[in-house]
Amino acid sequence: MQAIEQQLRQFVVNNFLFGQGEDQLSNHDSFLEKGIVDSTGVLELVVFLEKQYRIKIEDEELIPANLDSIDNLLRFIEKKAQIAR
Amino acid sequence: MCGIAGILNLNQTAIDPALPQRMIQRVRHRGPNDSGVYLDHHVSLAHARLSIIDLAGGRQPMSNKDKSAWITFNGEIFNYLELREELIRNGHRFATRSDTEVILHLYEEHGEECIQYFNGQWAFAIWDERKQKLFLSRDRLGVRPLFYTVADRSFIFGSEIKSIFTHPAVGREIDLLALDQLFTFWTTLPPRTIFKGIQELLPGHSLTVQKGEIRSWPYWRLDYASRPELRSTQDYADRLLELLVDATRLRLRSDVPVGAYLSGGLDSTVITTLIKRFTNTPLKTFSVTFDDPEFDESAHQKEVSHFLGTDHQEVRCTRRDIAQAFPEVIWHTEKPILRTAPAPLYLLSRLVRDNGYKVVLTGEGSDEMLGGYDIFKEAKIRRFWSAYPNSRFRPLLLKRLYPYLQNLQTQSDAYLQAFFHVKPEDRSDPFFSHLPRWDLTARIKIFFSEEVKSQLKAHDAYAEMKGLLPAEYFGWDGFSQAQYLEAAHLLPGYILSSQGDRMAMAHSVEGRFPFLDHRVVEFASTIPPRLKMKALNEKYILKHAVGNLIPPSVKKRSKQPYRAPEAQSFIGAAEQPVRNEYVEELLSSDRVQKDGIFNPGAVQKLVEKIHRGRAIGIKDNMALVGILSTQLVVDRFIQNFDSRVVDASH
Repeated sequence: MQAIEQQLRQFVVNNFLFGQGEDQLSNHDSFLEKGIVDSTGVLELVVFLEKQYRIKIEDEELIPANLDSIDNLLRFIEKKAQIAR
Repeated sequence: MCGIAGILNLNQTAIDPALPQRMIQRVRHRGPNDSGVYLDHHVSLAHARLSIIDLAGGRQPMSNKDKSAWITFNGEIFNYLELREELIRNGHRFATRSDTEVILHLYEEHGEECIQYFNGQWAFAIWDERKQKLFLSRDRLGVRPLFYTVADRSFIFGSEIKSIFTHPAVGREIDLLALDQLFTFWTTLPPRTIFKGIQELLPGHSLTVQKGEIRSWPYWRLDYASRPELRSTQDYADRLLELLVDATRLRLRSDVPVGAYLSGGLDSTVITTLIKRFTNTPLKTFSVTFDDPEFDESAHQKEVSHFLGTDHQEVRCTRRDIAQAFPEVIWHTEKPILRTAPAPLYLLSRLVRDNGYKVVLTGEGSDEMLGGYDIFKEAKIRRFWSAYPNSRFRPLLLKRLYPYLQNLQTQSDAYLQAFFHVKPEDRSDPFFSHLPRWDLTARIKIFFSEEVKSQLKAHDAYAEMKGLLPAEYFGWDGFSQAQYLEAAHLLPGYILSSQGDRMAMAHSVEGRFPFLDHRVVEFASTIPPRLKMKALNEKYILKHAVGNLIPPSVKKRSKQPYRAPEAQSFIGAAEQPVRNEYVEELLSSDRVQKDGIFNPGAVQKLVEKIHRGRAIGIKDNMALVGILSTQLVVDRFIQNFDSRVVDASH
């Protein structure tokens, strides 16, 4: 899980923060509240998750409870992995 | 249309005669037909002329009969014939047929109040020799530009900042607070400009310099308070049409042929229709078309042109054209921009000039005055939804509003609520309508360098905007508040300047805007919002007013915002590489580091993201265009201003 956390963090920092402010991003920071993602950002995140972890994300799963922080993402990926098993 | 410039040495020292010549030479694109300078020891007025009215007699600077008042004037006073007749009845005698002379006579009659009589678009300076007073004025809505500064005890002004920079006492430096404003509101908040110490005379303002004192005051304001619900819908529509016909008729006054821009949308169709139906003027229309079908409206343009029987000309715009024209575009905007939309209009004005035309009528101002922009509709939907945040149906309206934004279509309600500020508590925010746009734009400040961020730490752009609002604003309804924010800020600060005056005047073309006739604007502000946007039908009253005069398909079409290809014009995707030497140079890590405004690492990551085709959103595109245009402003105006050869070919 630590490797996934690192990959997620790297993606968010590179893609949305353009390499800046990594030290200020905690795992429970809300992407919405911190202004990290906009409507396009959510889609970029989904494309990354689907490709990186070979999962299919349904429209009804596009909610902040699944996608709005690194913690939420980790829980969501774990859940998807369990379903796949 | 013309360019103006001038100097008043406050310490009464003599002016170097070559200086006003050099200042006006910088803006000869605004007036290639003639130029002139008035110089009297410590005061000078300069003028570059684009001859449109009284081709033989309208030379400037012009004086009154006893040479006690001199004027340099950019613009048009459209009701000059009526004013002239009245002045003649009152005993005034005219030496020319020009509108310029009418201003001078009215100034003699009414002093600084003369502007209250004008129906037009103007920026002028009058030197009143008797009172030793310089009087500057700018039209009500900011169609024509006017900038000024004080340096080394000289008051220096001009239509464009490049004239002011030609004065050796004027320093050139980026104003970081202005950059912060522009990276929030898409424009600076006047009087601030992107350059430290250079001020803009606000629309609807006059200014005097006398005995070393500079005084500026508003002579006209946008007002949404008056709302007589006395008329029927038909009455409102009839009056609107009557005013628009007269506004168009006045704007056809010219001693050279007049053309029109045709976008294929409602506003330009209405103006073109009014020209064709209510005058005998043979008409040439001009349009931009795009290679990229996502932006192209040529089918609609052709349909309208065919319907109205105009002689139609078009220029095709590619991504490559945008990238090639961009440095010149920024030389003319004189400020960073966040969208490439001015670039195609730069190509369009070139087409107009190449066809031998100097004047075009366009539909600008209709969206602001009659409620056409998506932002008004968006705010209405957001308000409607925020009253019942759990509604399943209401968010669908937002998706319908932006069918061309694919990324919105799959979003959950929870995300839409967050992005569009659909929270009951946001409803009372005075900026409710503009919060999503401004919040999204402000995120591109992430690219500022650490040093710039630290200098801007205490700056609150929203608080600054709030401080500029008139007290009455807080009593207006939400629709009118949104209209005010567009009409008072984005209209003069971007639409009429970066996209308007500067792109047209780059090729010596004058734009005229019937929807911005002050009588139309004042009447429109009294029309109830429910008639401007009926349910979600934008500009309902205008559609009602023009009835069957325009093709039914134009009335039925929902508004298409004018857009142009953005970041990929400059960078290109990996599979379609695009190379632009100046882009590579200005965005290189070394250069970004040296210029100090942006973070080089972040800029590199953005460029890579675009190159990989992953910058699909508005924010990344705005960031690239904003960074590149800021780098161009620094390069052309701060670092290499003096090396640009003044175009003396005119």
